[in-house]
Amino acid sequence: MNRRTIRTDVVVIGAGVVGTGIARELSRYDVDVVLVEREADVAWGTTKANTALVHAGYDADPGTNKARFNVAGNAMYPRITQELGVMYKNTGTLVVATAPDQVPHLNELLERGKANGVPGLEIIGRERIVELEPFISSDAIAALWAPTGGITSPWELAIAYAENAVDNGVTILLSSPVTAIDVEGGRAVRVHTPDTTIDTQFVVNAAGLFADEIAGMVGARDFNIVPRKGEYYLLDKRAGHLARHPLFPVPTAFSKGIVVTPTVDGNLLVGPNSQVVEGTSDLDTTAAGLDEVITGARRLVPSIPLRDNITNFAGLRATAQPSGDFVIGPANGVPNFINAAGIQSPGLTAAPAIALEIVNLLGEAGLKLVEKPDFNPIRPRPARFEEMDDDQRSAAAARDSRWGHIICRCESVTEGEIVEALHRSVPCTTLDGIKFRTRAGAGRCQGGFCGPRVVAIIARELGISPDAVTKKGGTSRVLVGPGKQQCSCSCGKCADEGHVGEGETHA
Amino acid sequence: MRKIECDVAVIGAGPAGLAAAAKAKEQGAQRVLLMDRDRELGGILNQCIHNGFGLQLLAEEMTGPQYAEYFIEEAKKAGVEMMLHTMVLNVGADRKIHAINEHEGLMEIQAKAVVMAMGARERNRGGVVIPGARPAGVFTAGAAQRYVNMEGYMPGKRVVVLGSGDIGLIMARRMTWEGAKVEAVLEIMPFPSGLTRNIVQCLEDQGIPLYLGHTVTRVHGKDRVEAVTVSKVGADFRPIPGTEWVIPCDTLLLSIGLIPENELTLEAGGKLDSVTNGPVVDDEMSTSIPGVFACGNVVHIHDLVDNVTREAWAAGEGAARFVTGRQPSGQTISTAAGEGIRYVVPQIVHTDNLEARDVRLSMRVTAPADRVRVEAVLEDEVVYSKAERVVRPAEMVALTIPKGTVSREAAQAAAAAGHKLVVRVTKRDTAAQGGNKS
Amino acid sequence: MSAETRELTCIVCPVGCRLKAEMVDGKVTSVEGNGCKRGAQYALDELCAPKRTVTSTVRVSGGFLPLVPVKSAQPVPKEKIAEVLAAICATQLTAPVKGGQVVIANVAGTGIDIVASRSMPVAEAAQA
Repeated sequence: MNRRTIRTDVVVIGAGVVGTGIARELSRYDVDVVLVEREADVAWGTTKANTALVHAGYDADPGTNKARFNVAGNAMYPRITQELGVMYKNTGTLVVATAPDQVPHLNELLERGKANGVPGLEIIGRERIVELEPFISSDAIAALWAPTGGITSPWELAIAYAENAVDNGVTILLSSPVTAIDVEGGRAVRVHTPDTTIDTQFVVNAAGLFADEIAGMVGARDFNIVPRKGEYYLLDKRAGHLARHPLFPVPTAFSKGIVVTPTVDGNLLVGPNSQVVEGTSDLDTTAAGLDEVITGARRLVPSIPLRDNITNFAGLRATAQPSGDFVIGPANGVPNFINAAGIQSPGLTAAPAIALEIVNLLGEAGLKLVEKPDFNPIRPRPARFEEMDDDQRSAAAARDSRWGHIICRCESVTEGEIVEALHRSVPCTTLDGIKFRTRAGAGRCQGGFCGPRVVAIIARELGISPDAVTKKGGTSRVLVGPGKQQCSCSCGKCADEGHVGEGETHA
Repeated sequence: MRKIECDVAVIGAGPAGLAAAAKAKEQGAQRVLLMDRDRELGGILNQCIHNGFGLQLLAEEMTGPQYAEYFIEEAKKAGVEMMLHTMVLNVGADRKIHAINEHEGLMEIQAKAVVMAMGARERNRGGVVIPGARPAGVFTAGAAQRYVNMEGYMPGKRVVVLGSGDIGLIMARRMTWEGAKVEAVLEIMPFPSGLTRNIVQCLEDQGIPLYLGHTVTRVHGKDRVEAVTVSKVGADFRPIPGTEWVIPCDTLLLSIGLIPENELTLEAGGKLDSVTNGPVVDDEMSTSIPGVFACGNVVHIHDLVDNVTREAWAAGEGAARFVTGRQPSGQTISTAAGEGIRYVVPQIVHTDNLEARDVRLSMRVTAPADRVRVEAVLEDEVVYSKAERVVRPAEMVALTIPKGTVSREAAQAAAAAGHKLVVRVTKRDTAAQGGNKS
Repeated sequence: MSAETRELTCIVCPVGCRLKAEMVDGKVTSVEGNGCKRGAQYALDELCAPKRTVTSTVRVSGGFLPLVPVKSAQPVPKEKIAEVLAAICATQLTAPVKGGQVVIANVAGTGIDIVASRSMPVAEAAQA
């Protein structure tokens, strides 16, 4: 393979919501940044499979990184999502007690929240709960109301961060797993991927589930990442009305419990459970796990209808051991290698604040931060047919007829949107990439109708054969090859494609 | 925005929409507009290249595309106007339709009557909750059918089919004939859900094993499917521990049922039947919204396209009668599924029609049975029945009550007293023998 | 003399009778389980000379779609199906194709034609 060498100031490893956020904040400055990602797209680790919540910040113990960055990140959400055109709804959240012995715990959370600086917390009674949540369990007796909590789209945020970063000069390398990092004189100086060598001044480790391995490459594995699996149900928009706010049970020592929440797209999301698993690739859902999830969820909202389930998935949270807290700061003995690791929940909420902190830490470590005069903080929200009014739809279709051609009927996604998504600043080459950017295939039929049509559009736009299109990069080809290759006759010529003349047969 | 007015607007140009539109025109509707989102007329029939269509209705064995071509010609001859690439976005209770296409942009169509003929979508993995990984290689049978039959690509080489629905059986043979190896077909029920003919010709002919009372309990594979775990299920349909084994494969095809596509009906305010998942309809195929009719798989899932066409004719005629002021008076009686019947369509029958026309009731039984009578019962009295040698859940049962069998007055009195026209299945020896009225 | 009992499912009508046929030296001597005469005939045909209608697709260049569906004009002997499929696989057409058009005459020496089961206009005639 042809190796190439590039030179940069900072390599950010990992294009989840943390890494993309860091890259985007760095792009404000006159600094060369390379963002490397092992998967074929951004947001495909923990970012794509979590509960999509913007937490208020009452969970973590005062004084921890989790507490600090949660509250700070929460406060940044309205502005950052506005700048980047990302869905965010400040719904407020409820922790619901369904038994009298749980009520004291609500008070604990309230006090912890106050100590963390969470505004507006209050304990509410059953009457208020039912007003807010008509479908809540009849066992609900009290709840902690957190008005600053909300919901967002984690992959939208990561995609938007990445696109804004690239628009402001960051280089992104997808399908580029880091294979080695050279350390010279106590500093990380070179990052290797299978086809590129990157000479660099600084390295940021935002590698999620792989952050301990990456830290190990510079001889500073000061923590271990323990993956904790969470399984989910995603229900049809028909069931979206069953929860108006994220609903939490009273938490346990390990997890915030099985949540019932609306999504920004109008679906109902249920999960996660929490299981320690071996390895970083176990994303299988299990019968027992899914039973646990639905049983837990129905303790809060008994009427959740399984017939409206449209898909199940599992995500892995990256828990750092032994601390259990976010690991943020330079690695021991390698001052130009900065960790942003162990970013489990409330990591999505904390990500914008972590990004600012990492930039500060890089500055402290000697990176020269001179603001660029031409930094553009705005990444407009890509137009969506579903979000347009009649006049806008008419105008869009008149401007470009592909905006009058609906490909995904469940989510009303047009060919125009799909083509646009394939040609933005961060490459999108896969069926899942299209799903995360446009919602084509994310609806109730899960691509049963639009899948073949989207494959055809991807092939046409990227100039590849339909059977080269993948679901999610690597060897995940949707189709295994052209038909009519299995000619079982004995003529001996059939292996050569197209050897037969038009209208001719050799039977 | 372009504005259009018409007598009857038909949404969906599959077999249901084609027949409804032609019939509406024949029955006196002036301007009939047929809309479809796809690039050509015929709907799903275009990818159903196998034969077996039209045997009942046209006494000829056709392929799907041939059946479609026949009814496309009928609709063209009748003078139906057609709009392709056209997606209906919403339908109001006032029968105002918003639609969009590439050539004309957004349109507003005011129709005097609307026929919903949007068909169905396939139930997918989420609908039955199959645990495991989420690699490429899991397809609904219909999506695979499109790839193979219309686009010329193979979705896989080594296949397991979950569900013995007809599309799955047909695809098992189709994939085999295109060179793939179909390892097994699994059916969670103790009986097949597809037609006997398809079990014989699509599975037995190809030597493909059918495992009744089995299901997939896990999907394996990171990027692409590598295997599935299958298990025997108990009477509660839960997997029996210890019965599982692994079948290596690169593809899992799902043929686990169709779901009527009623988002437009719901948005318009139409009432749905919780068993069929389709709109509640009367024997004119009118939904609960005046002037909005429905037919085909949008109402309930059919076994044979011939039955779809029949039902669509009723809907087209109903719509024409509505726009020409010939609809029956408002007196109705409800139908109900009795012993052994899962559902019956229509759910409502006009008492005028019971007197003046033959009324066809379509139903599905709950379990296979042989030597039975299918009976229509009013106030504990069997008003009409017919003998069936065998009934199966996979095959729709029709009972046509000849006109006048139940008088208008009798039906109205029964309805007023809160009674329904109940259909049920009884074992033959407990019911009267012979022909029609008992 | 070789005698054997063969079981099969009748597919003439939806009843699906389970048939039991006695065969001696490759000839059907008796059929049981059939509910009607057509069942006996089905067993006879199916056991002595089974036939199937073959449906598939043929590649077409320049068409609205890359494939045109085809079928055998009559059922072909079951043992010829593989050969018929191979002939279909090796055929390539050019649009336009007319519904009913003979695509392969006398396929695999069966005396039966493979015909197009729909028309396939050229790509420009209809929009993709």
